[in-house]
Amino acid sequence: MPIERASPGLWTLAWRRLRRDRVGMTALLVVGCYLAVVMMALMGWIATDWTREVGVNYAPPVFWEQDQDETAQRSAVGHDTPDRPIALYGLQDPLAPVLAAIRAQYPQDRDLVEAPRRLSLPLGGDKWGHDVWIKVIKGSETSILVGLVSALLATLLGTLMGAVAGYFGHWVDDGFNWLYGVFTAIPYLLLVFAIAAVLQQKGVITLILILGLTGWTGVFRLVRAEYLKHKTREYVLAAGAMGASDARRMFIHILPNISHVILVQLSQNVVGFIKSEVILSFLGFGVPVDVVSWGSMLNEAQNELILGKWWQLAAAGLAMAILVTAFSMLTDALRDALDPKLKY
Amino acid sequence: MNLTAFLFRRLWQMIPTLLGVVLLVFLLFNWVGGDPAYVLAGKMANPEDIANIRHQLGIDRPMWEQLLIFIRQIVTGDFGNSWATREPVSEIFRTRLGPSLVLLIPMLLLETLVAVVVALIVSAVRGSVLDRTLMVTSTVVMSISLLVYIIVGQYVFASLLGWFPVKGWSDNLWRNLTTYAVLPVLLGLMVSIAPSVRLYRTFILDEIGQDYVRTARAKGLSEPRILLVHVLRNAAIPIVTNVLMGLPVLLTGAFLLERFFAIPGIGREIILAVERSDFPIIKAATVYVAVATLLANLLGDLLYRALDPRVHFE
Repeated sequence: MPIERASPGLWTLAWRRLRRDRVGMTALLVVGCYLAVVMMALMGWIATDWTREVGVNYAPPVFWEQDQDETAQRSAVGHDTPDRPIALYGLQDPLAPVLAAIRAQYPQDRDLVEAPRRLSLPLGGDKWGHDVWIKVIKGSETSILVGLVSALLATLLGTLMGAVAGYFGHWVDDGFNWLYGVFTAIPYLLLVFAIAAVLQQKGVITLILILGLTGWTGVFRLVRAEYLKHKTREYVLAAGAMGASDARRMFIHILPNISHVILVQLSQNVVGFIKSEVILSFLGFGVPVDVVSWGSMLNEAQNELILGKWWQLAAAGLAMAILVTAFSMLTDALRDALDPKLKY
Repeated sequence: MNLTAFLFRRLWQMIPTLLGVVLLVFLLFNWVGGDPAYVLAGKMANPEDIANIRHQLGIDRPMWEQLLIFIRQIVTGDFGNSWATREPVSEIFRTRLGPSLVLLIPMLLLETLVAVVVALIVSAVRGSVLDRTLMVTSTVVMSISLLVYIIVGQYVFASLLGWFPVKGWSDNLWRNLTTYAVLPVLLGLMVSIAPSVRLYRTFILDEIGQDYVRTARAKGLSEPRILLVHVLRNAAIPIVTNVLMGLPVLLTGAFLLERFFAIPGIGREIILAVERSDFPIIKAATVYVAVATLLANLLGDLLYRALDPRVHFE
């Protein structure tokens, strides 16, 4: 008796199609690399301390030789506190006894020498000599985490509410539509600004909650419209005739058929929220000052560019552009893989 | 249902939404926000000053009375004075609206026009090298932050090359349109066109896969006619919705553009207000922008109805 193999499911088929898509797999690889870096930064394996001032001020990137002379001059002059005894100037140091007492109390500190600062760094240094490479990694961690988590939160909220509203209709729909109406009547960023102005309390969690709890409306609208369209289609009516419950019809039958809509929207949300986070942090309404994000880096870079120090702007801008590009392309690939009916 | 009845019903339906907005704003600023008197009184405040300010602001009264005051402020349009500059809030909005519109209207018109045309072209040549190149380009272009465009664009085209003024505004509408608004509008378009093209392309391609297009082809219609007459009319429905949904996004862009280019518009005023914790301005802005958005949505629904005879409002 021949063994009948089960026919492959939706996701198996989608994965098979995705694997044949070279652009999609490349995008997946890039996004995977970013996520791996974020995970490693989260675990504290890399980029542990971005606040260390390892280079001279505005240390140029190693591949950029133009500023070397200027940097060498600056490092020859040394740091701005000359370690020369005040007695050389023929003055009595009024604080000498106090200083002696302090030095006697902490003898080990006397041997501390400032670590030599490097003249150039892999991706250059900022105003204080922080390593831009490490800042980019930490910035990616913050921005991606905020974007991803808030987008997942918003998409989950929007899908659930849209499914319930579109499927059940009547007063349930009215209620959710009222809420949707209230939230969309206020432009998204204005609402976020208003909440940020009121809260006065900056933090990554606050940021995620603000973005996630206000950003569900786009998903809601599309998902609700799809459910309105699908709930009267024959396959759903047939499922109902066979005794499928409401929840089964909503999430087993209809949801896979509209998953490409949700995925496109999820990707747009991740991209959108990363951009919102960057804008908020840039304006100083986002992450607190002790957290570095792409937005806070761009804020510093804005003034640096006028001085000709372009590397922090390039690093943060490129890191963001590459991730967002890869994420968008991955979503296109996913969409094609999940919905083979759309043949372009 | 005829148009008048529909309009009246929709305007009537706006009332609960507006009440929701008022309630949301009120809860945010009068309940979550805490006591602004301590901020206003400064660092060396004594209890009498604080009590005085609380009385002036009306926040020593019960919550329901404060809500009534807030509603009266909305209806009369008198939100009092800005906490930071003492300028009447209504005056601020009256004078800042013009510059914002000078920036927004050209942006909206140009964006829609260019995006629809480009989307139609890439749909007509779908799958070709041109299509793929344009799609990859637009994906890359939209992936770069508006902030980067503004910072680099302002530095290169205004500071280095001197093609445009770095920032500024004048009292002359024509001069604003042809000199000061050009670079901001172009930079705004850089980020807003690419996502629209991508989205409109998928809308159009969704329609191209439909049966009626096959029927039209079977009838022997030319490809341009199918695209421009049959497909575009159907794709116009999600496109119109998207343009109207994109208005807030446009406003988002305007926030940054106005701030960077020192354009005295509403967006810049709101950012200043958030920086200064200037609550009356934010409250008034939120409520009035909400009213404007609702009216824009109503317009969208009317267009939707005109474009798609299948849509009926129960």
